[in-house]
Amino acid sequence: MKKLMSVLLVSALAVGVLTGCGGTKKDAEKSDVIKIGVFLPLTGDNAAGGELELRGIKLANKLHPEVLGKKVELVIADNKSDKAEAASVAARLIERDKVKVILGSYGSSLSMAAGNIVKTSKVPAIGTSCTNPQVTANNDYYFRACFIDPFQGTVMANYAFKNGARKVAIIQEVSNDYAVGLAKFFKDAFIKLAGPDSVIEVANYQTGDKDFSAILTNIKAMNPDAIFAPGNFTESALLIKQARQLGITAPFLGGDTWETQEFISVGGADVEGVAFSTAFDREKATTAEAKKFLDEYVKEYKGEPSALSALAYDAYLIAIDGIKRANSTDSVKIRDAIATTKDMEGVTGKTTLDKNGDPIKGAVIKTVKDGKFKYIDFVDVK
Amino acid sequence: MEFFQGLLNMSGASFAQHMVNGISLGSLYALIAIGYTMVYGILLMINFAHGDIVMMACYFAYFGITIFHVPWYFTFIGVIVATALLGAVIERMAYRPLRDAPKNSVLISAIGASFLLENLANYLFSGRPMSFPDIPLLSQNIAVGSIKIQAISLVIPVITVISLLVLLHIVNHTKTGMAMRAVSKDYEIARVMGINIDNIISMTFIIGSALAAIGAIMWGIRYPGITPYLGVMPGLKCFIAAVIGGIGNIKGAVLGGFILGLGEILIVAFFPELSGYRDAFAFIVLIIILFYRPTGILGERTTEKV
Repeated sequence: MKKLMSVLLVSALAVGVLTGCGGTKKDAEKSDVIKIGVFLPLTGDNAAGGELELRGIKLANKLHPEVLGKKVELVIADNKSDKAEAASVAARLIERDKVKVILGSYGSSLSMAAGNIVKTSKVPAIGTSCTNPQVTANNDYYFRACFIDPFQGTVMANYAFKNGARKVAIIQEVSNDYAVGLAKFFKDAFIKLAGPDSVIEVANYQTGDKDFSAILTNIKAMNPDAIFAPGNFTESALLIKQARQLGITAPFLGGDTWETQEFISVGGADVEGVAFSTAFDREKATTAEAKKFLDEYVKEYKGEPSALSALAYDAYLIAIDGIKRANSTDSVKIRDAIATTKDMEGVTGKTTLDKNGDPIKGAVIKTVKDGKFKYIDFVDVK
Repeated sequence: MEFFQGLLNMSGASFAQHMVNGISLGSLYALIAIGYTMVYGILLMINFAHGDIVMMACYFAYFGITIFHVPWYFTFIGVIVATALLGAVIERMAYRPLRDAPKNSVLISAIGASFLLENLANYLFSGRPMSFPDIPLLSQNIAVGSIKIQAISLVIPVITVISLLVLLHIVNHTKTGMAMRAVSKDYEIARVMGINIDNIISMTFIIGSALAAIGAIMWGIRYPGITPYLGVMPGLKCFIAAVIGGIGNIKGAVLGGFILGLGEILIVAFFPELSGYRDAFAFIVLIIILFYRPTGILGERTTEKV
């Protein structure tokens, strides 16, 4: 009896494996479909950001479902907010699912993890909100829809200086490439404005940390005019909460990762009045595409869209525009077409990609007021 | 020279604030470490799922208050009951069938239970962080001079000490406690002597999980971001705290918790450049303890007598 059971089990397994293999080979080359990979963190620390971007891409797919007469099929892959997973997930999208273009990721570390494989497999990737310059530098196959950190850091440094800050402290999420890069650019820009001793402290914390009381107590004693704290939204919200509890009244400044609902729901009343830079706001939405996006988003998801959804929508448009101009489904030709993107009308404005694959775009500064994100200012590129 | 800048420049007020922060964190670790050490003391097994039971308790509290709008005092009682039940169920399903198997099997089963809870939470509640309900009475700020304390930070050490005393009373002065000690000394003989092993072990897990629930509530109020992996780091650190104090020794767990909590805070207080390495402190202490005094500070020096 036992032997019969084991023989049956092994045959069941074998049949399963064989049918599994057969399936993918069969429908991989359907010629009336073009596959675009969606490479985002849908679970893990960055899940909220990934979700918002997925919304943008799905909306774009709904409003622009076809290109070159073929239906655009999204292949969604979760990189689990994990750098190690990211590389293998990207590889799977390219090798198993045979996508022509990849959209994503949220999170510069995750995008950089996929950088090598897109370069060697020659499949173009368009980052949605990853702002660290290293994502596209030295990588002809990675582009992005968002501004980069040297610009973002300078915008926030100028904002701090303009509002009277002369001594600032920086608290960075040291295990996050985005945060470290942005902190450095902010520091360089601020020192240029306010002098070499104007950044009085740079403190570090790890992703997933919950207790910031020690670094905050130290910083409180130094009495900075403002605190720049780039990092993931959950950690940042807890950090600001604890700072307010300790009696720190200095304003907090951050970057585009703060624009998620979780930042407000975890941070509560303590995150009122913070300021951060981001890529999009209804106030500055002037293009026809933007109006379509806003109307559809409110209809489908209720509530205001975040810049993350807008950027992801634009990443999809850049991909479609590239495929159309390449007039081909060959990834290398698509890549060449994307590289020459000029004045493409998107949600966040007209996109022109420079020689690194970065768009030349302005930044919006937002704050939190009465539990909602509110527009303050727009800083254009000189 | 710059390395010691933090030490030399710290004002009295800052130091006092650091001490308050450290004691608050330490007593939180102590509370969760007691649960670890209790289970080990009675069953000689390390319940790796303990940290995840803390995580589930946080989610129960979130559902009770934020989704079902039950007033917090009732919800907390409900959370303790629900978590105790969860602990008992895990014991029944994952550990009891392996009671007569080699010690490694039950350890691996614990790791499996831990993964199961984490991924279950990830699947059911999504990976997006939720906010632990805010209880204004407990999260309000109190100022003592220039030192700011959250009300909950005063409550936590008190609850830890009360839990410690209650537990010591149960273990040393009640019949159930006596039965627990008997089971920990020699489980076969205890069974032969007529002690209902199944009940005693379930009771142990129920008490341990109830403590985990109390720890979870305190943790959630102090650090309101809930995610499915919230139990991983505290679970690891509280396990280390239990080992430092002598695993199996309840007083040791409390001592270990305070050492770890205070140590983490003071390291960053005195050497701010090391703030990125604060987690490493716990692991370095673990290595040192294992090298020089593996049974822990208050642990018994056991030698195998042939």
